[in-house]
Amino acid sequence: MNAPATENAGQVASAAESPGWALRLSNVNKAFEGVQALKDVAFRVRLGEIHCLAGENGCGKSTLIKIVTGVYSPDPGTEIEVFGKRLASVTPASARALGISVIWQDLALFPHMTVAENIAFDESVGMLPRLYTHGASYKRADRILRRLRVDLDLNATLNSLPIAQRQIVAIARALHGHARLIFMDEPTSSLTQSETNNLLKIVKTLSEEGVSVVFVSHRLAEVIEISSRLTVLRNGRLVGVYDTADMTQTRLGHLMTGQDLVSEISARDRTDRRAVLEVEGLNRKGEFSDISLDVKSGEIVGVIGLIGAGRTELAHSLIGMTKPDSGTIRLDGRKIAPRSVRDAIAAGIAYVSEDRLTLGLIQQQSIAANIVITVLKKVLGKLGLISPKREASLVSNWIENLSIQVGHPEHAVSTLSGGNQQRVVLAKWLTTNPRLLILDSPTVGVDVGARAGIFKIARKLADEGIAILLISDEVHEVHYNSDRVLHMLNGRVVWEHDPASASLADLESRVYA
Amino acid sequence: MHSLIKGYTVELRLLAVLLLMCIGLSASSEHFLTAGNLTALLNNNAVNLIWAVGLLVVLISGGIDISFAVAASVVQYVAVYCFTALGGGNWFLGFVVCGMLGVGLGLINAYLIHSFRIISIVVTIATFNAFFGLLMFFTSGRFIYNLPRWWVDRIFIFEHQSADGTWSELNLSVAVMAACVFATWLIIARTNVGRQIYAFGDNPEGARRAGVNIAFMQAVAFGWMGLMAGIAGLMQVNIVKEVVPNALIGRELDVLAAVVLGGARLGGGKGSILGCILGVMFVAITQNGLNLLGVSPFAFQMIIGGVILVAISTSNISFGDALARGPLADRFKIWSGRR
Repeated sequence: MNAPATENAGQVASAAESPGWALRLSNVNKAFEGVQALKDVAFRVRLGEIHCLAGENGCGKSTLIKIVTGVYSPDPGTEIEVFGKRLASVTPASARALGISVIWQDLALFPHMTVAENIAFDESVGMLPRLYTHGASYKRADRILRRLRVDLDLNATLNSLPIAQRQIVAIARALHGHARLIFMDEPTSSLTQSETNNLLKIVKTLSEEGVSVVFVSHRLAEVIEISSRLTVLRNGRLVGVYDTADMTQTRLGHLMTGQDLVSEISARDRTDRRAVLEVEGLNRKGEFSDISLDVKSGEIVGVIGLIGAGRTELAHSLIGMTKPDSGTIRLDGRKIAPRSVRDAIAAGIAYVSEDRLTLGLIQQQSIAANIVITVLKKVLGKLGLISPKREASLVSNWIENLSIQVGHPEHAVSTLSGGNQQRVVLAKWLTTNPRLLILDSPTVGVDVGARAGIFKIARKLADEGIAILLISDEVHEVHYNSDRVLHMLNGRVVWEHDPASASLADLESRVYA
Repeated sequence: MHSLIKGYTVELRLLAVLLLMCIGLSASSEHFLTAGNLTALLNNNAVNLIWAVGLLVVLISGGIDISFAVAASVVQYVAVYCFTALGGGNWFLGFVVCGMLGVGLGLINAYLIHSFRIISIVVTIATFNAFFGLLMFFTSGRFIYNLPRWWVDRIFIFEHQSADGTWSELNLSVAVMAACVFATWLIIARTNVGRQIYAFGDNPEGARRAGVNIAFMQAVAFGWMGLMAGIAGLMQVNIVKEVVPNALIGRELDVLAAVVLGGARLGGGKGSILGCILGVMFVAITQNGLNLLGVSPFAFQMIIGGVILVAISTSNISFGDALARGPLADRFKIWSGRR
């Protein structure tokens, strides 16, 4: 009789202290076959709060989400309280019934269904047959989009929409299921800055309505901008809970990684060097116009611009994927007109695309096979067959040079973390001995700690004499890591920024103006 | 109206091609547009369309079935023994027995696919061979002509004598076909189960996370295919008045071709009853037209093969993408809001 009484008393007391908790977790422990994924973690979210769950890959963020949503059951001793109700255990169904919803990074939507069908899908789930009326679910979907104040064609097929709009569909779907606590797993990893801003606006609307949102994100700037409090995890342990009001990016980076990540201007003056890439008056109708630029040997030139500015389109023309209408491209003083990617590689241009995971690598093949795929000729031995010896030496050379963390070169690429996969892509292109390396949004989906590593490699390659064109839509990334920054707007280069003399704020105000 | 056109591009295109073909055929052959020819077309293709709507459900769910035509033969033989044991049987028992046998065979496919996580094409190629092998082994290839009277008696649902004295009629299989088409439409377009089948075919992982019961979806899709196969087997006997073990083998590919032509996506998540009907009609009318024009039957296979290639490759290059690359690209981007 004694035990329940104290428990009740405890509940009353805690309810009095903090009237507005959406979620309270304490003493969360979870071990997988001896590996302690979470150790004594506490996590609390207020009603209507935008909370950020920050930490590097493998820090336990996903495990925590999966415990809250009932995918994993925590080790004994964990206390879970959802909307003031203490729960003995959570199942996926009970979590949903309580109003907990997760928007996974892959969104889990249905590409061939319409927007309305996607939003209203969950009402169809169940084995008991019943009639479905399109009109009714259309109306409900419409009401939710109005609530979010977004304008989307409810009859559009999902796969005709850009990722940013699909994200909104996923949010609307969560609300359709009466979600009151929404977890968003890396929602902005494939969005541009303006799309991200739009998403953040919607998240704020939700929070004003009393819906709690937990943001899981890598991007330090937006974490600080959007959330009111943040919980930091590292290696499965709680680092702390902080108010974002007095948080800086540097401090947050330090909390997440345990290392000091100092952002320093790395710009050097390379203008007296020989030019590797010279572009003059390059035009392609509807994409970019009158582009003239040069990249010197050993120089990193940043290209910044919002979506539609023509950054990636310019890169595609440089590597022969599209044909410019007019203008000249010179590499080491020689005029080139690559008609295919193969031509561009032969001329000495390497391109690391932004769609690293889907386009850059063959996920199921080994690390070694991925690295040598662009230079198969170099590893041929007798009889024109692939020589395992030559392959191994080439591969181990690059693994060492780029400090790629691998178990074994013969393991599948899919076993590597995002940052290491990015390095494999780099290695793959560097084996071609390029004169010019184009990096297109190289840090999309990469950890804070690993980002610094990528730029360190880029700097090292530049010091070896390679010219690098760094394309990005994150202003601080180009400001801190380039020697010069070109600002593209509507297909033109409108401004040249010198990180050594001008401030980050100056560039930011130009780009986001 | 705009969204209607967008949702049914494949169907509308197929309809346009069909109309052109009909106009061409009625101009070049006086027999084409006669009541006799048109009713014969329906009678001869009722069985194919019953199979087709069953296969449509499987394709939407992301699977494929090669075994249904052979399964229909198995159902016919087993049903003969059941009716003998039941003392003759009647139409009601016929539907119950053939339907249940068909569902049973379909559930075997569903069980193998779901519990051993084998892709459906591999499973149904295996069951296709197993069903046919067992059938030939136990029947020794024997034909059966001695069938219950009710089963082989003609039942007309429509009769008409035209001015020149020739009779045209629709038989029972056409009514059964209409019922099967309607029931399939009801399930896939108007119930929550249908929504879940589309979702499962479109994004299986997403459906699983949403709480869709995957085993149940496989059972519904392949069970329904089995039911249609059983009913098709029943009606086929009513038309040909005999049970022959290898009578139906090979027809599965014609049906598959028709359903794919009708816009069902081989990866799942897409397909409609309208497209399915048009696809079967297209194959039927092509064959009929070539017959009327006196072209060799081998040309038919060739033409169907070619048409499938053209249909599938042009539907992958969507109209929108073609526009996006063409000279109207900028205007298109603005109009459609695409990046």
